[in-house]
Amino acid sequence: MKQHRITSHPILDTPKNQVVTFTWNGQPMSGYQGEMISSALFSNDVKIFGHHHKDNSPQGIFCANGQCSQCLVIADNLPVKSCMTPLHDGMSIRSVDGLPRLPEDDTPVAVAEIPVIDVEVLILGGGPAGLTAAIELGKLGITTIIVDDKDRLGGKLVLQTHKFFGSVEDSHAGTRGFEIAVLLQQEIETYKSVRVWLNATVIGVFSDGIVGVASNDAYRKIRPEKLLVATGAREKMLSFPGNSLPGVYGAGAFQTLVNRDLVKCSKKVLIVGGGNVGLIAGYHAIQAGIEVVALIEAMPEVGGYKVHADKLVRLGVPILTGHTVVSVQGSDHVESVTIAQLDANWQVIERTHRTYGVDTVLIAVGLAEVNEFFIKARYFGMDVFAAGDAREIAEASAAMFAGKIEGLKIAKALQRYDGDIPREWDEKAEILKSKPGRITESRVPERESGVFPVFHCTQEVPCNPCTSVCPENVIRTEKDLITGLPYVTDYEQCKGCMACIAICPGLAATLVDYRKDPEQPMVTLPYEIRRDKVRKGQLVLVTDVDGAWLGRYPVERVIANKKKHPGTLLVQVRMAREVAKRAVGIWVQEKQTDPSKIYEQGALPDDAVICRCERVTAGEIRSAIRNGVKDMNQLKALNRAGMGACGSKTCRPMIWRIFQEEGVDLGEVTDRVDRPLFVEVPLGILAGIRRGDTDA
Amino acid sequence: MRNYDVIVVGAGSLGVPTAMALGEMGIKTLVVDKKPSPGQGENKHAIGGIRATHSAPAKILVGLRSLEIFAHWAQIHGDDIEWMQGGYLFPVYRSAEETALKGILPIQKRLGLNIDFYDADTICDLVPGINPRRLAGGTFSPEDGSASPLLAINAFYRKAMAFGVDFAFNEDVKSLNMKDGKICGITTDGGIINAPVVIDAAGAYSTALCETAGIDVPVTPDSHEGAITEPVESFFKCMVVDLRPAPGSKNYYFYQNLHGQVVCCITPDPPIVGTDKRETSGFLPQIGARMVELLPRLKNIRVRRVWRGLYPMSPDGSPLVGWNRKARGLFHATGMCGQGFMLGPGIGEVVARMVNDTTTDDDNTVMDEFSPYREFGGQEALK
Repeated sequence: MKQHRITSHPILDTPKNQVVTFTWNGQPMSGYQGEMISSALFSNDVKIFGHHHKDNSPQGIFCANGQCSQCLVIADNLPVKSCMTPLHDGMSIRSVDGLPRLPEDDTPVAVAEIPVIDVEVLILGGGPAGLTAAIELGKLGITTIIVDDKDRLGGKLVLQTHKFFGSVEDSHAGTRGFEIAVLLQQEIETYKSVRVWLNATVIGVFSDGIVGVASNDAYRKIRPEKLLVATGAREKMLSFPGNSLPGVYGAGAFQTLVNRDLVKCSKKVLIVGGGNVGLIAGYHAIQAGIEVVALIEAMPEVGGYKVHADKLVRLGVPILTGHTVVSVQGSDHVESVTIAQLDANWQVIERTHRTYGVDTVLIAVGLAEVNEFFIKARYFGMDVFAAGDAREIAEASAAMFAGKIEGLKIAKALQRYDGDIPREWDEKAEILKSKPGRITESRVPERESGVFPVFHCTQEVPCNPCTSVCPENVIRTEKDLITGLPYVTDYEQCKGCMACIAICPGLAATLVDYRKDPEQPMVTLPYEIRRDKVRKGQLVLVTDVDGAWLGRYPVERVIANKKKHPGTLLVQVRMAREVAKRAVGIWVQEKQTDPSKIYEQGALPDDAVICRCERVTAGEIRSAIRNGVKDMNQLKALNRAGMGACGSKTCRPMIWRIFQEEGVDLGEVTDRVDRPLFVEVPLGILAGIRRGDTDA
Repeated sequence: MRNYDVIVVGAGSLGVPTAMALGEMGIKTLVVDKKPSPGQGENKHAIGGIRATHSAPAKILVGLRSLEIFAHWAQIHGDDIEWMQGGYLFPVYRSAEETALKGILPIQKRLGLNIDFYDADTICDLVPGINPRRLAGGTFSPEDGSASPLLAINAFYRKAMAFGVDFAFNEDVKSLNMKDGKICGITTDGGIINAPVVIDAAGAYSTALCETAGIDVPVTPDSHEGAITEPVESFFKCMVVDLRPAPGSKNYYFYQNLHGQVVCCITPDPPIVGTDKRETSGFLPQIGARMVELLPRLKNIRVRRVWRGLYPMSPDGSPLVGWNRKARGLFHATGMCGQGFMLGPGIGEVVARMVNDTTTDDDNTVMDEFSPYREFGGQEALK
């Protein structure tokens, strides 16, 4: 059977995996040993994992991050999250249709006391913030445990195939996220005092100062002197009819499938949300050979970096600002999505509806801090710190820097470090967190001789690797600020080495070389999409920064420096002098999907599912609010919103929003009480059964 | 100025059904609670078990009446409160529990309860997978059951409102007000409210409430933790109560609710006295070890959530219901010892009749047994 996998990728290697066989509802299939069940199923084009016990609606992947429980399947008779459970040979996997049946395994069990492990520092989350903190602690020989629920370190760095922003010295600017993860991991491994527990999930912080950590084979209690919460963020969701259909999921989930697991999970996607996450996801989609029919954004401008947006536009993706998603249609999976334009009051403008045939709708409407452990620990009086997205949503480069600072703060609190934390670190951390600045006019140099880079970045973002890599040291940023726009100080010194072109994370720098032929200068364009589209002699459609076509030009040469700039190709074309300096990108997505499919008014906004776990709709919540409910705990008592497996991780902000829409003063609304467990854990594990001695 | 016939302090397991009963009698009633909605104190921490199979006559009487109210609520009033007649099962593995359980069977039967001692095979049928090793049988009372405390209190609340009862939420009672040795109302952070009768349905907070009028009420809260699992296909319906003690705990109990979720709770030994409701790391391993020993297949069910609630304990494990003799007009309906949810509707009606002076013969048993002025000598066998 055809496997829906990404077999070639411009950036990622496609490793050789051990093929194993398994069954899905009795049907034989093949997958890779150790990959997550969800990815194995997607590779076999299975996207509906079961049907909800309340309304029999189809369920599938949603967070792909172990948090939501929507991807539940029965594996070897036990209900498991398919996105967190590795596949093995001979596995019998079944869909969960209705309630799962508890296996009638009545063998008596033996339990052992759960040991309490004392440690100086416990770090929750092995992502950018947690790892950089651990490095500081490791340098000082402080005993540290890092707990992470995935099978490898790096957190969301693992999903990031693009080159990072920031600066080279502080946040590995110019290096790709997944490569940074490896670098950080390698450094962690050199510190003896740092232990890493993978596949281990924190299930709760308790009032006795103990953090409970569950893995597949055991439950452990950790009593840290200092706790660092670096649990990152979770994706926010939108309310629209059809939002619970399989095929609607987060951009992060998409990146997990595509970039981590190399699964070709879709043919055509529409992306909702023009922040960096949505923009990058669009880029990743095209790198994976998936068509992006459009990216929509409700605001009048995209919120992410302009260079990210430009990259997408140049590839041929329409970015529609001032648009919202009206509904998603499909019988048991996404088949189409309807969008419409918004007026100044955020109301849908009549007759602006457009319906795209897509199989996937990615939601990238922002992130929310995973801060429940931090809040509980603080409430319980523990000595707790937070870094990265768990503290404040920002770029991973900021998280890395923040982790470093918190690591040293913790060391200081432990009296294991008596130096100072440089004041400029805090300033740097702030800068790395800064939102993209205003957009200035394009500043293409006047000159048309010699060789020099043209920088097409016109928006202040914290990024300066071009200044670090220039061997002639002639690239600087305005006022030498990391957020300043780059410029060349002495054009005569440029030797045309292309280092700045290759490292630019925004793919916004080109090299124009007039030396051979001033009328037909050679233009070097950075390129990271399918290599077969830029063979020597092939005609490529070159665009300016905004995606306007500048004409088709034959490829003169393709430079690949695998070692120095893996993944970035430097494509050279000769262009007319008039347009040479305007050239930036190569249009890849040739055909555009026609959004003219007719939209028939279907489900109403009140049919949108707010609490996915308990399938509670916007209408049910609205009606309770209209009956006077202002306490989210009472709301839950009445209709179970937030009582499901995930513990209201996704629905809580959506419920707040409905209160707001209903004109309730949010100051009068009582928030829900959060309680452990963070994820569901088998009672036997909590009881102290160790895997392997269940037959005692 | 707000004036009422009766003020009920506490919109919980006792307060709301009591107000409902008062409202039905046409008594102008206000319920005051510092929380923002009904049942946000300890009611929501109840796991939902409802039984009449107690060992003392008054509890059996009000238990039977409560059962009747819960069991017929949906039929009469239309609101689903997830009532399930699953019965209560006390499995027996040792002679100590066998003697204790068989010892109270005569009085239980005499008061009309459907309960008996069944052999091990019957117990195994009722709870498939229960550990058969040394299982000697157990008592089972099929007419007991369970309901959702969350849905039930909201149903009672709506009914009370329909009867004209007022509710003041987010209002913290600062003091009971007295005039000439009589109760005249309360002062809250929202002002003074007048009423000749104030019902103390404050549960774990009764002591603090009554102290404001110099009244001592013997309620000592202690805490118990509970947990709920993911839903799985129903495989047993009864509440299973294992009375055996173990290091650190006395009995524990669990059932599978209408959603298919297993809900459980344990009695710590020694008791954890106080009002601390923060989750501890000890609970799940403790109850988990006991549950998987009793019903090994539960090892694979996944725990979803835990919480900790308060049992407002009286000195002898029975409720405190009756007029205060020192402060006239002050009525205690408190000290439910963790059984407020299951006893609430039954006791609420008795309280309303006592306030309205329309008590029945059966009420005398209740009034005597639950009197705040009784001798606190004995201990309820099935606390």
